Amino acid sequence: MPLYLALICVGALLAVSVYAIVQRRNPDISRNVYRLCIALCGVLFLAAVMPRGAHVVSTTLPLGLPWIGMHFRIDVLSAFFLAVVNLGGAAASAYAIGYGAHEKDPMRVLPFYPAFLAGMNVVVLADDAFAFLVAWEFMSLASWALVLTHHHEAENRRAGFVYLLMASFGGFALLMAFGVLGGVGGAYDFASIRESTKEAWKSGLILALAMVGMGSKAGLAPLHIWLPLAHPAAPSHVSALMSGVMTKVAVYGFIRVVFDLLGPPAFWWSVEPMTFGAASALIGVLFATIQSDLKKLLAYSTIENIGIIFIALGLALAFKANGLALPAALAFTAALFHVFNHSLFKSLLFFGAGAVLSGSGERSIERLGGLIHSMPKTAFLFLGGCVAISALPPLNGFVSEWLVFQAILLSPSLPQWTVKLLVPAIGVALALSAALGAGCYIRAYGVAFLGRPRSEAARVAQDPDRWSLGTMAALLALCLLAGLLPSLLIDTISPAAKDFVGGRMPAQAELAWLSIAPIAQSRSSYNGLLVFVFILFSAYSAKWVIHKFGSSRSRRAPAWDCGYIEKSPTTQYTASSFAQPIRRTLGVIAFSVRERLDMPAPGEMRAARLSVDIKDRIFDYLYAPLTRAVETCASGLNILGLLSIQEYLALVFGALVFLLVLVAI
Amino acid sequence: MDLLTIDIAHVLAGALVLTSFMLLYQDRLSGLINIYTLHAVVLSLSVAWQAYYQDAPHLYVTAGIAVIFKAVIIPFSLRRIIERLRIHRTVEVVGGVGVTMLIGIFLTALSLVVMLPATASADPLAREDIAFALAIVLLGLLMMVTRRNAVSQIIGFMSLENGLILAAAGAHGMPLVVEISVAFSILIAFIVIGIFLFRIRERFDNVDLFELDRVRGGRS
Repeated sequence: MPLYLALICVGALLAVSVYAIVQRRNPDISRNVYRLCIALCGVLFLAAVMPRGAHVVSTTLPLGLPWIGMHFRIDVLSAFFLAVVNLGGAAASAYAIGYGAHEKDPMRVLPFYPAFLAGMNVVVLADDAFAFLVAWEFMSLASWALVLTHHHEAENRRAGFVYLLMASFGGFALLMAFGVLGGVGGAYDFASIRESTKEAWKSGLILALAMVGMGSKAGLAPLHIWLPLAHPAAPSHVSALMSGVMTKVAVYGFIRVVFDLLGPPAFWWSVEPMTFGAASALIGVLFATIQSDLKKLLAYSTIENIGIIFIALGLALAFKANGLALPAALAFTAALFHVFNHSLFKSLLFFGAGAVLSGSGERSIERLGGLIHSMPKTAFLFLGGCVAISALPPLNGFVSEWLVFQAILLSPSLPQWTVKLLVPAIGVALALSAALGAGCYIRAYGVAFLGRPRSEAARVAQDPDRWSLGTMAALLALCLLAGLLPSLLIDTISPAAKDFVGGRMPAQAELAWLSIAPIAQSRSSYNGLLVFVFILFSAYSAKWVIHKFGSSRSRRAPAWDCGYIEKSPTTQYTASSFAQPIRRTLGVIAFSVRERLDMPAPGEMRAARLSVDIKDRIFDYLYAPLTRAVETCASGLNILGLLSIQEYLALVFGALVFLLVLVAI
Repeated sequence: MDLLTIDIAHVLAGALVLTSFMLLYQDRLSGLINIYTLHAVVLSLSVAWQAYYQDAPHLYVTAGIAVIFKAVIIPFSLRRIIERLRIHRTVEVVGGVGVTMLIGIFLTALSLVVMLPATASADPLAREDIAFALAIVLLGLLMMVTRRNAVSQIIGFMSLENGLILAAAGAHGMPLVVEISVAFSILIAFIVIGIFLFRIRERFDNVDLFELDRVRGGRS
């Protein structure tokens, strides 16, 4: 029942795409499309959470390849991701009812938006390689079209190109992964793939291909380069979908292939996700820290969070391979919990960035500032998102990262020395990225929302419409709820952990006072509610004490202006100044920074200039040589276009003779 | 099975391969056309023998078509073409006859090695014939690769096609209509190539492919 309901909704989403094209002259089309999307995502969400009767529901529809059809299936993992996808989808659609009104050329968004949602849903529901790949490519192409919404800007066209390249590269990797999984017999439905046995080298190959294919979509370093270009290029609600939801679909694909189809893991499988996860976490957060474009900053921070998720998944693999069911369940739960959390707060933050963008027209935080006065509601909601993503209690980000750390602390129980030595290093990287992540959001929030406005646009900016604010408030409420009542979510995830890593965390809902204890209460426990109550209590008591014994009047006074006569807002601490310590200390290693100071000679009247060049080393050391190699090959092959007839004939002839010789031998 | 019948069929098919070798080293255009005529005659004899052996009257028609088109009409028109183009006395430079012959021998051996195991269960007559047919096809291709003159390329192409007919005749039950349509399509290909030859000659004063390549601006 829920499966058919979900498939009907997917069909309806595609119909909404057609409707958007047919009704393109209708002035209300934008609202109508987004309303329909909310309704359909809502139904899909219900389909995900409704009781399914059986543990696993599957069906085959006579679509696609004749005689084979397309297989669909809902199990606990699909249901969880279906819920995440559609929660994000509904939120983005609700936000877009208000935000979409600013769109200059709505027909470049409306037909693709429902199709994008449909593609993501089908990926999660697919139960054979064919359906999975078709839906995957559909999702990629629809999102590519959305990235090109503002195609008049050269930068966005480039982003679209890079995205398309990376997406097709990833798609090929997945194609090969499923090819190896299906084997020579070519049974491509997941049920028979699960049954088949895989040799060790094949498993390693599939794991690597899945890392490349899913990682390039999720934004795992070093395949992340398209993400900070493409996510900011799309309209903000689409950015939220891409960052918050599409990357999760890629995580789903990784879990489906590696934890489900590939069979029982070997311990060394964990090395790859953990190492690349840690690299992504660090690279993502370092680049986020030095970005001044708000949406780009959020995109880099997505890379960091995907890294965290992959670290947790790698840990789950390591524990599962050694039969440590409880720690495996803990790590797996942490990963899924973070998937859910990130989809909430990253959507919230992108909506906030969209509100800032539509309110002030500025994306660069260097020209913002003081938005807390002009956009107070957005400022509050954005602050909530920042707190959540910086993993501060009592919001949800803290819970999932805490769970990851709990899993890392269990690593001494692993028998293999490789992993035993690797995991603490990963833990250090994770701690570093968590701290830098908090710093990054302090900087983003502090520079954009606090202080004095650095431009006229920032001074006159306005809060967005009610739909946008309402959506953001709802997401913040969900963040808070997930932070206060993590036990509910953990218990929801635990059937998935049971199925995929073979163990489950102790039931959390039975513990007193809504606290959670991942291993045993004697070892460590966390109570979000208690922390929340403590924060409220201490804040209000502090306020009460101050107002009681100090002054009860709130007053505004001029800020200390450091003795300057002119109070230009440019004298404020800027985003670049904030990032400078990190840029200076890590600049040479991580960013290949070049600072050039152009100092006028004494007596000269012109201004001094300091210009900073920041390059992504991965671009220089991985992609640039790759591009050169491809170019060399391509120009080498040019010769083939200028052969004489005999030489062409000789090529064909040679190939024929070669094949005959092969047959003869 | 009458061994003599099979032997005669093998002799004829082998003669066709031998004629293909003659095509390979013949460097005079007029001589080339003569040998092609011989090729076609041997082909039609071979097909006619197949018709007798298989007791398949439609193969006589195939043999007849082969004689009329390939041994009469095409050589006659080719001869007219080269006379009108004034290249009938041309001696084409065929580089490294020895090497070409060695390659040809290798190809023949290759086709025997490939085909004999592959058709182990087939009729012994068809087996050898198909192996010989493959050899003829490969030799025709080799001729097209080694020759520079457009006319000799046509002849290479048509000797290749003769190999296909031989294979088809050996395999029981190729319908007559297919053979006729193949014969006509070869004729049409021949006409088209002939027209092109004149056009090329008009434009570039040459039918040497090497010269064409130079005009096209490729590597000289």
